[in-house]
Amino acid sequence: MTTPANDDETPGAADAPPPDRPGHADGPDGGRGDDGDDGRGTGNGNGHGSDEELHGLLAEFETPGALIAAARKVRNAGHTEFDCYSPFPVHGIDPAMGIKATRLPIVVFLGGLTGLVLGTLMQWWMNAYDWPWNVAGKPTWSIPANVPISYETTILLSVLTTFFGMWAANKLPQVWHPFFRLDRFARVTDDGFFLGVEAGDKRFDLEQTRQLLVAAGATHIEECYVDARPEARTMPRWIMAAMAVLTMVALIPVALVFKARATKSPDPHWHVFSDMDYQPKLKSDQPFADFADGRANRGELPGTVARGQLKADDAYYRGIAGGQWLTGLPAQVEVSEATLARGKQRYDIYCAPCHGFDGAGMGIVPARVEALGGAWPARNLVERGSAVITMPNGQLYNTISNGYNTMMGYASQMPVADRWAVVLYVRALQRSQNAAESELPAGSQVR
Amino acid sequence: MASPSEAAAGSDGEAQAVFRGITDDVSRVALNPTPKWWWPAFGVSNLMLLCLVVSLYHLFTTGIGVWGNNNIQGWAWDITNFVFWIGIGHAGTLISAVLYLFRQDWRTSINRSAEAMTIFAVAAAGIFPIIHTGRPWFAWWMIPHPNDMGMWPQFRSPLMWDVFAISTYATTSILFWYMGMVPDLATLRDRAKERWKQVGYGLLALGWRGSARQWHRYERAYLILAALSTPLVLSVHSVVSFDFATSQNPGWHTTIFPPYFVAGAIFSGFAMVATLLVPLRHLCGLKHIIKESHIEAMCKIMIATGLMVGGAYGIEIFIAWYSGNAGEWFTFRNRVLGEYSWAYFAMVSCNVLVPQFFWIRKCRTNPWIVVGLCILINVGMWFERFVIIATSLARQAMPGMWGYFSPTRWDVLTFIGSFGLFFTLFLLFARFLPVIAMAEVKAVSPEAHAGKDHH
Ligand code: HEC
Repeated sequence: MTTPANDDETPGAADAPPPDRPGHADGPDGGRGDDGDDGRGTGNGNGHGSDEELHGLLAEFETPGALIAAARKVRNAGHTEFDCYSPFPVHGIDPAMGIKATRLPIVVFLGGLTGLVLGTLMQWWMNAYDWPWNVAGKPTWSIPANVPISYETTILLSVLTTFFGMWAANKLPQVWHPFFRLDRFARVTDDGFFLGVEAGDKRFDLEQTRQLLVAAGATHIEECYVDARPEARTMPRWIMAAMAVLTMVALIPVALVFKARATKSPDPHWHVFSDMDYQPKLKSDQPFADFADGRANRGELPGTVARGQLKADDAYYRGIAGGQWLTGLPAQVEVSEATLARGKQRYDIYCAPCHGFDGAGMGIVPARVEALGGAWPARNLVERGSAVITMPNGQLYNTISNGYNTMMGYASQMPVADRWAVVLYVRALQRSQNAAESELPAGSQVR
Repeated sequence: MASPSEAAAGSDGEAQAVFRGITDDVSRVALNPTPKWWWPAFGVSNLMLLCLVVSLYHLFTTGIGVWGNNNIQGWAWDITNFVFWIGIGHAGTLISAVLYLFRQDWRTSINRSAEAMTIFAVAAAGIFPIIHTGRPWFAWWMIPHPNDMGMWPQFRSPLMWDVFAISTYATTSILFWYMGMVPDLATLRDRAKERWKQVGYGLLALGWRGSARQWHRYERAYLILAALSTPLVLSVHSVVSFDFATSQNPGWHTTIFPPYFVAGAIFSGFAMVATLLVPLRHLCGLKHIIKESHIEAMCKIMIATGLMVGGAYGIEIFIAWYSGNAGEWFTFRNRVLGEYSWAYFAMVSCNVLVPQFFWIRKCRTNPWIVVGLCILINVGMWFERFVIIATSLARQAMPGMWGYFSPTRWDVLTFIGSFGLFFTLFLLFARFLPVIAMAEVKAVSPEAHAGKDHH
């Protein structure tokens, strides 16, 4: 820091600009008058005593464009310790000042990565390792269900790094700055455009720098002084003390928690809210001696039927007659072309994807499995002499309703009448592909 | 405003006058004495807020039974209100982040207040899932922490996803909002006359001094936050919709929910922004900054999102029929024609028919009509959530699980109270903070390029 020769000035001279300041006397004064009519003086707070040292020069410009041009000049003159100040980000000033692109994005990327890894590890450790949590027998570690939380922690940590990283890189909060001593500088958050060159700059020379700023089109130039005593620039002691005390107090609960985790106490937990932790009730699958079977669960009462669900007709609803699979057809099923057409249409929707349109078991699903190198054929429904051909109608109906091994049941999607229609159609498929020539209608035989 | 010599400086001085005009008009709202309209508005909001305090006290001391909820309607107004409020918040993030990425400069006049609205809406929303648990004093169990029960949260549950999504969303919204406000808080610091205001705004402004080196990092951080908020806002309402979609309940178990919920959220959020800003620009004299064209743009977004929501209603019904799933179809028949058909048709008319009025120019420019239609839209969006929740629960698989929901007075009071919280916070914001992003408005004004031909 250079100390200007300012011994001739007394602290009392604060209210009036000292006459020996060339910048003020010769420099263009922006036409604002030497004391702004808005009550923001230019001279106030600018005086300095012998215990003050020069911080730098502050020049004002009228437009963002002028500021950019000036920044370029100051930079070309070899200055490095200077900065521009404006009420909004002036676009185009970065190249003029030679500001290098911030590395913030890289830091944020690393922050996000940390969030992703920590979020995922946390879930794995807590739910799959430390306490494997069985939910309906599903695997304890299944990535898709953990994606949403990892996604959120990634964003959360990226956001926190962006926010705190930006302030840290900008060295804020710093509620005080030498330029704040200049009343005029208050306009930087309003309509003022400023360029400040610091006295610490290697090329700084009060006169030359001032000339440079004048040449760059400054409308007003001011010197800025700060208290030279270092203790005047540190935080007051009582604030430091208060902060230290607050930090200690804030650590007390944390310390208590750590103590509680480290001590082994035979006492029961604190139950701040006992809530309904202890209830005289039975949960399902618990033992209970007072019931004859010793179980808390009470099964269905024999003879209970859900509303509208009697379905007493075994042949029609279950394909069973006299304890055996029904071989014929229930009375409700009408063998007609319309039923067959309906059966074909339903079959093509519900069965063909696996069993194929012809019933041979190579629908698009097995075909796809085969294309991927696997093998998962659906049953060939029309194979000559196979079990499907000989099975009673009732059993075929039952397979459609309730499924068979890896084939699921279709009761929830197909009404009963449609299932019987499909039975008819499967029979038609079988018959048409296994017919002896003699069975063909007259006139269609091969001649 | 311009001194004679300034005027002589030609367009350069004019540029400064424009900037100063923006500063004056916006900081006046925060620094001038309280306007007359503010006190009655604040009083009414406080009364409503009192409803919340009283009903929460009653709820905590008595239990969930004070509401109309029961075994069948386990999610009723509480979750309806939660989804309603969280949805409203989405417009704020959309305006601040998505429109920023698309370089929609008109957003600068409304983004600040829209972001504030987001935060207050999230605050109102956050209450509901917590009090809905019945024992809100255990809400902290949802935060993973080592404890003597040896228990960890169940991360594969959409309800936990919700915890993470909402808390990330709240954090991000607050940080984004605050960061955007710092330069403007510095403006208030520099213009405040009273010492306590200077100190207060000064602390909040963190010592911002508009340095170009700082602006550079600030702008980059702003862009990054916008880019992060965009996927975030889409995920938040998607996760909220997972609460429903991943359940096995007909009427909830559908894959269309995430996009459908997000569109609805934006729809209702814009309606709320317009409801708040149309009066605000009149009362605070900001009509030249929040322009009529900005209100019109919001109305147009409402037409678009309203149509998306309408499309979703149609697709839902079609899929219920097309899936051939009897339970699904039964639920939807009940939704449209059952006991709740009044709610269904209230929803369809408010959300699909009402926004169609915005095709007419007059309806986009007349403040009374805009506010009226926007309020109707929000009524409709509340009903949408109610319809999804109540009608799907009203007729579950067993007739023993059939039942109708009727709210109690405590349901109503809690709901009114959430509005009280929202409006109280918003009025405080409108009174004490920079309601418009001054620095951003200046930066996108044509004058921001003044004098650039000098070099
Ligand atoms: C998702 C694929 C798929 C669909 C759709 C499907 N099936 Fe099957 N089906 C299978 C497979 C695989 C098997 C063989 C199961 C086994 O043997 O483990 C099978 C077996 C069968 C059998 C033989 C059962 C037995 O007792 O041996 C019949 C009959 C049958 N299916 C009929 C149908 C009909 C009728 C439909 C339409 C309603 C249908 N399937 C739909 C995959 C399917």
